Amino acid sequence: MKTVRCSIIGFGAIGQGVAEVLLMKKEYLENMGLDVRVIAVVDSRGATLSPEGVDLADCLARKKEKGTVAQEKITGLEVIKSIDHELVIETTPTNIETGGAGLQNMLAAFEKGLDVVTSNKGPLTLKYRELVETAKAAGSKFRFEATVGGSMPVINFAKEVLAGNNIRSIKGILNGTCNYILTRMLEERASYTDILAESMELGIAETDPTYDVEGIDTACKLVILANAIFGLDTTYGDVDVTGITKITPEALEMAYENGHVIKLIGEVSRDRIHVAPRLVPINHPLAVGGTLNVASLDTELAGEITVTGKGAGSVETASAILSDLVSIYREQ
Amino acid sequence: MRVSMDIELKDVPGQMLLALQPLSECRANLITVLHHHQKLTPRKTVPVQLVLETRPENIPDIKARLEENGIKVVRVGEHRFRESINVVLIGHVVHTGIQDTIDEIDKTGFAEVADLTLSMPGIDILSSALIKINAVGKEEIQKSLNILKEVSAKKDLLMVLPIDVQA
Repeated sequence: MKTVRCSIIGFGAIGQGVAEVLLMKKEYLENMGLDVRVIAVVDSRGATLSPEGVDLADCLARKKEKGTVAQEKITGLEVIKSIDHELVIETTPTNIETGGAGLQNMLAAFEKGLDVVTSNKGPLTLKYRELVETAKAAGSKFRFEATVGGSMPVINFAKEVLAGNNIRSIKGILNGTCNYILTRMLEERASYTDILAESMELGIAETDPTYDVEGIDTACKLVILANAIFGLDTTYGDVDVTGITKITPEALEMAYENGHVIKLIGEVSRDRIHVAPRLVPINHPLAVGGTLNVASLDTELAGEITVTGKGAGSVETASAILSDLVSIYREQ
Repeated sequence: MRVSMDIELKDVPGQMLLALQPLSECRANLITVLHHHQKLTPRKTVPVQLVLETRPENIPDIKARLEENGIKVVRVGEHRFRESINVVLIGHVVHTGIQDTIDEIDKTGFAEVADLTLSMPGIDILSSALIKINAVGKEEIQKSLNILKEVSAKKDLLMVLPIDVQA
C-alpha cells in the first residue's frame, strides 16, 4: 500500500466536495493500492491537523455547524511549508487579478517538491508558464483538470486520451451560470435581470456575477486550454471577450424561431482566443441546456469530438480532482 | 431587375471606359464592378464581373454595344445570391438608424439584406433584430459581416454571429 499524505487548502464548496469524495472512494483507492491520508484541512480561519490523518467526516460536520474547521491558528501557506506531506489539494477561491493565496500556495508547494492538484483558475490564468516550469524544475506533478469545465474532462482528455492527435481548435460552453441564464430566458421569455435574480436565489450565480456573465470566467478557462493544450503563453489580456448581459429575450426568441439558440461560446485555437454569444443551431452538439458545459475538440485524425458534463458543483468538480490524484499516484 | 455580367477586357489602358460607356448610354444602374486584374484569362484578357440594375429588354442592346466596343461578353445572368447568413443585432437598433445599417450592406452590390425581424419592447429597452444577409459567395458573406461589425461597433450594437463563421 502506498501512502499519499495530502493537505486540502481551501475548504469551501469544492474543498468539502473533495473530502466527501475521498470518504466515498476510500475503499476504491485502497483497492488500487493507495492510502490517501489527509493530514491537514485548512480554511480561511485556521486548520485541523493530524499526522495520522484527520477525520474528514468530523471536518465536514464542524464546517457545517460552525462555519470553520479551525482548531489551530495556522495558514495554508504555513502548512505547506512546515508539515511533511506529498500532495497539496489547492481549492482556495479564484482571484484573477493577483492569483490570490492560491498562487503563493502553489509556488511554495513546488519549492518543497510537493505535487499539486487544483481547481483554482487564478494562478494558472496569470502565471501558467512560471508555475509549470517551477513544478518541472522541482520534479513536482501539477494537475488542474478541475479548473476547466468542472467534472467534464477536457485537458486530460486532449493530452492523454487523444494523445498524438493535433488539436486544431476547441469550442464550447465553459460557464454553467451563463448557460443556465440563457436557457431560462428563452424558456420563460424573461429578461436577463429577472433570470439573473433567479439564478442567485438558486445559488447558480454568485452574489457578484460579473466574472461569469461578462465572460471573464470563460476567458480564463480558454487561457488555461490555450497554454496547456496548444502550448501557447497567453494571459487573460489576449482574449477578446463579450459577455451575455445585453442578450434580450426577444433576440433569443427570434433566433429560436429561426432554428437557433444563443449560447456564450468560448473558442480557442493557435491563432485566436475569443468569447462571445453565438447563434448555435438547435440540433448542434454544442446546443446543450441548463447548467451543462460542453466542449467540441476539432482534431486532426479523429475529426470532431464533443464532451459534455456538469461544469460546477462541489462533488462534480471534486471528481476531476480525484481523477488527477489517481493519475499521479497510480503509476508511481 | 438585377443582372450579373462577366466580361473580358483587353489588358491595355482605357478598356474600362469602353465597358462602362454602353451601360450609361442604356441607363443601366451600375452596382458593382469586380476587376480581377491579377487573374488574366488564358486569352490574356482581364476578367471583370459587373452587377447592374436594368430592365430585361435593355440587355440585348447593352450586350451589342459592349461587343461593338470590342468587349467580350462571356456570361449574362440574373444575379444570384448563393450564400446566406443570419445575424442577431441587439442595442438601440432603430434609434441608431436601421436603414443606414441595411444600406451599408446593400450598396456593396455583392450582398443584400433579404429579411429583417425587429422587436422593440419599449423606449429605453434594448431592441433586437434578426437580419438575413444574402451574398454571391462565402467570401462576400465574410466581407458583409466585416462591414456589419464596423457599423455595430460605431452604433454600440451587440452582434451575435453564427457559430460556424469567423467572428
